[in-house]
Amino acid sequence: MDALEIARWQFGITTVYHFMMVPLTIGLGLVVAVIQTLWYRTGKVEYLRMTKFWGKLFLINFIMGVATGIVQEFQFGMAWSEYSRFVGDIFGAPLALEALLAFFVESTFLGLWIFGWKQLKRGVHLACLWIAVIGSVFSAYFIIVANSWMQHPVGVQMVNGRPVMTDAWAVFTNNTALVAVPHTLFGALGVAGAFLLGIAWYHLWRRRHDGIDTVGADGRAIAGETNIPGRDKADYKVWIRSLRIGAVVAMISFAGTAFTGDMQGKLMFEQQPMKMAAAEAACHDGTGFSVLSVGNVGSKNCNDIVAVIEVPGILSFLAKGDFTTEVKGVNGLLDVYKAKYGTNLPNDPLYGDRAGQQIQYVPVMEVTYWGFRMMIGFGGIAAFAALLALWVTRKGVVPQSRWIMRLAVFGILAPFGANAAGWIFTEMGRQPFVVAPNPDASGIDQVFMFTAAAVSPGVSAAELITSLVVLSSIYAVLLVVEVRLLVKYVRGGVASAMPELAEAGHGEKNEKKKDGDGGTPGAPGEPGTPDDVLAFAY
Amino acid sequence: MELLPTVWFVAIAVLWTGYLFLEGFDLGVGMLMKLFARNNTERRVLLNTVGPVWDGNEVWLLTAAGATFAAFPLWYAALFSALYLPLLIVLVALIFRAVAFEYRGKVDNARWRTVWDWAIAVGSFTASFGIGAALALTTTGLPLDSNGDRQGGAFAWFSGYAVLGGLAVAAFALVHALAFLALKTDGDVRHRARRWFVRLAPVALLPLLAWAVAVQLLSGKPWTWLLVILAVVAAAVAWVLARQGAEGKAFGALGAFLVCATGSIFGAAFPVVIPSTLDPAFNLTVSNASSSAYTLGLMSIVAAVGLPLVIAYQAWTYWVFRRRVSAAHIPAAHGFLPAIAAKVLVGNESPGGTAANHARHNASE
Repeated sequence: MDALEIARWQFGITTVYHFMMVPLTIGLGLVVAVIQTLWYRTGKVEYLRMTKFWGKLFLINFIMGVATGIVQEFQFGMAWSEYSRFVGDIFGAPLALEALLAFFVESTFLGLWIFGWKQLKRGVHLACLWIAVIGSVFSAYFIIVANSWMQHPVGVQMVNGRPVMTDAWAVFTNNTALVAVPHTLFGALGVAGAFLLGIAWYHLWRRRHDGIDTVGADGRAIAGETNIPGRDKADYKVWIRSLRIGAVVAMISFAGTAFTGDMQGKLMFEQQPMKMAAAEAACHDGTGFSVLSVGNVGSKNCNDIVAVIEVPGILSFLAKGDFTTEVKGVNGLLDVYKAKYGTNLPNDPLYGDRAGQQIQYVPVMEVTYWGFRMMIGFGGIAAFAALLALWVTRKGVVPQSRWIMRLAVFGILAPFGANAAGWIFTEMGRQPFVVAPNPDASGIDQVFMFTAAAVSPGVSAAELITSLVVLSSIYAVLLVVEVRLLVKYVRGGVASAMPELAEAGHGEKNEKKKDGDGGTPGAPGEPGTPDDVLAFAY
Repeated sequence: MELLPTVWFVAIAVLWTGYLFLEGFDLGVGMLMKLFARNNTERRVLLNTVGPVWDGNEVWLLTAAGATFAAFPLWYAALFSALYLPLLIVLVALIFRAVAFEYRGKVDNARWRTVWDWAIAVGSFTASFGIGAALALTTTGLPLDSNGDRQGGAFAWFSGYAVLGGLAVAAFALVHALAFLALKTDGDVRHRARRWFVRLAPVALLPLLAWAVAVQLLSGKPWTWLLVILAVVAAAVAWVLARQGAEGKAFGALGAFLVCATGSIFGAAFPVVIPSTLDPAFNLTVSNASSSAYTLGLMSIVAAVGLPLVIAYQAWTYWVFRRRVSAAHIPAAHGFLPAIAAKVLVGNESPGGTAANHARHNASE
């Protein structure tokens, strides 16, 4: 592998890894904020417990997103200095604004939320979480604006061979970004929905398995008690409500991703036709959507690809909104790209060993083809599972089957898979460009950059491979640590996030639960004693 | 014409100074986890002094880097690619440190805590050293060619200045944290932190001063020399005040020292953002490394609104958590309650047994 390939692997690995944490942070953050709002409005104890439990898992995950996000910002300069020089005038601005306007908000107010349970009034404390969550949504917006400019450069002019920003409004309202943002946010909600659904299912199953909950003659759940902290009747409500919320969120998310994804697809057929042709493995112009195609693995020659299952008309619908307009295939597009952007890379030292080589305009088709299908497939599976789960649990019980429980827990991974596949598809599909040309504006059509020219010229392959190995190993270790911690706290149940439940003792706790507005000991807004400085963490 | 790049040079100097001031003490507190704290309770006191704020402080680094990218893309590209390996180490350090802060208290187990304590301590030292080295090199020079790329291999950046800058920031963070702890804690930790500060400050502030003087010798101006003198005065004042037990004022004076020192360094380096040690003609300056006036103008408007806002709500955070923390405030560690693992019907452990284990855990803390 040469420096370029190593740098690309590194970017891919670190980005996909970072993007395993981010959707859960955004999605779960929103859900926790809604749940805490419900607690604020109703005072019901189960909502407080839900806030604490899901909040704990949210924080365990949040920090990994923070830690891996710094790598993203640094590696543009470290590994992709030519890219940074080329796009700095535009691309740096959303990154800087993300830090200044969004991430500052998120980090600061999350600190207030974590530590402020007793320092802040209930309403202020809740507002802190909302502000942090809104900050994370803005974070997503700014980052996607930056990414969308690479997919579809707008608002610039070429001056002395570099794009210079001329219209910030165009950059920040790039239509590519405006559909990618809701698509990504719905994708994040899908992760959160499946997460709630799977974990709540597990707990409900466990309660039946342990004989705590039983089923009445009418098939409805009868919630039981034990003298284990956090496994009382309120705990049953925690899990059944979490399950319902999770399932609904997952279904809303699928509807949202499908709707925005369709808009995004139509845009992409205009803006990056080659990406979509490659996603279809469509060599020749046509109208049929391929559900399954086969060809020689790794073949760049698209003529040996055979469609096994093809639905006529659907491709036209995805691309143009009708069932008859032919969509351009790879072969036809190749001529267009060659005519516009040349057949060979320039003979410039910037391109290193690749200078003068023929340009490969077709992205790796296996990746785009299967990336596209996995994104849709995993998303669909998650939504269908959520619908099924709602039906099966309509009487408040989960089946006793261990296998269905395992499927529900395993199903947590489906939206993660869909998210990762979506990003891999959209990023790999942009190749060989790091900044894809914008075909719908003649002036901006010439703003593009080949990935081969973007890597840092002064950095050796040895340095890159070192960092690839170091970062990947650390990520692997930390993933194990995070998952183990999550599993531990999931198994711990609500009491793991609310030690006060356990310490109050069983009978005593039930007494206190009923007082006032339903707050439990340790609720925010109660006058704290000086000893309460450290309420929540560390 | 040069107004906006100059404004942004100042803005980036402010962001770096803000970063060193704020994260300076939480990096130092991280190092003190191993150097200063005597037992787990004291370590938890230390952690809780910075707990609500360290993450917000770290964003100053992200903002400084992001602003450099946006305002001076050539500076960002040259500096970050030239310092590939040291910045990789900084990243690793920051990753472990961040994760450690959050995960340390999540498992009630001495070995688990020890591992993360080391991650915090070593991560804090390494990150501060690496960032100091990077900042020093951007003021004293790197072997850059005409394109702004490093010549001479993966370690061509290594020089005495890198070590000096690394020591400067790491040692400053250490005493800054002692001043902070004296202000933010109570009881034994407070008094010990003050004693340590009085003893360590005269030595630990020297590397930063040496870096400031070195930059003056390379490209100093009368007003930046004056800042160096002011920095020395502020350091002396901080030391005297700390001796007298005026912790708040001492902390403030130490802050003034930092502002004067970094001000003198950035001021002397201006208008060069990275000198090339190969040929002064390759120097990156505020004018040849900056973004367009349009981008800088846009960024200026946003920063003029955004930065005061950030300072305001971060200040509020410090106000909310203004109380001193002491060992007496640290509750016993919560034993972990495995609701599921208790295996109510199957298991050998009765729920009562779990509670008893839990109590034993607490007692042993």
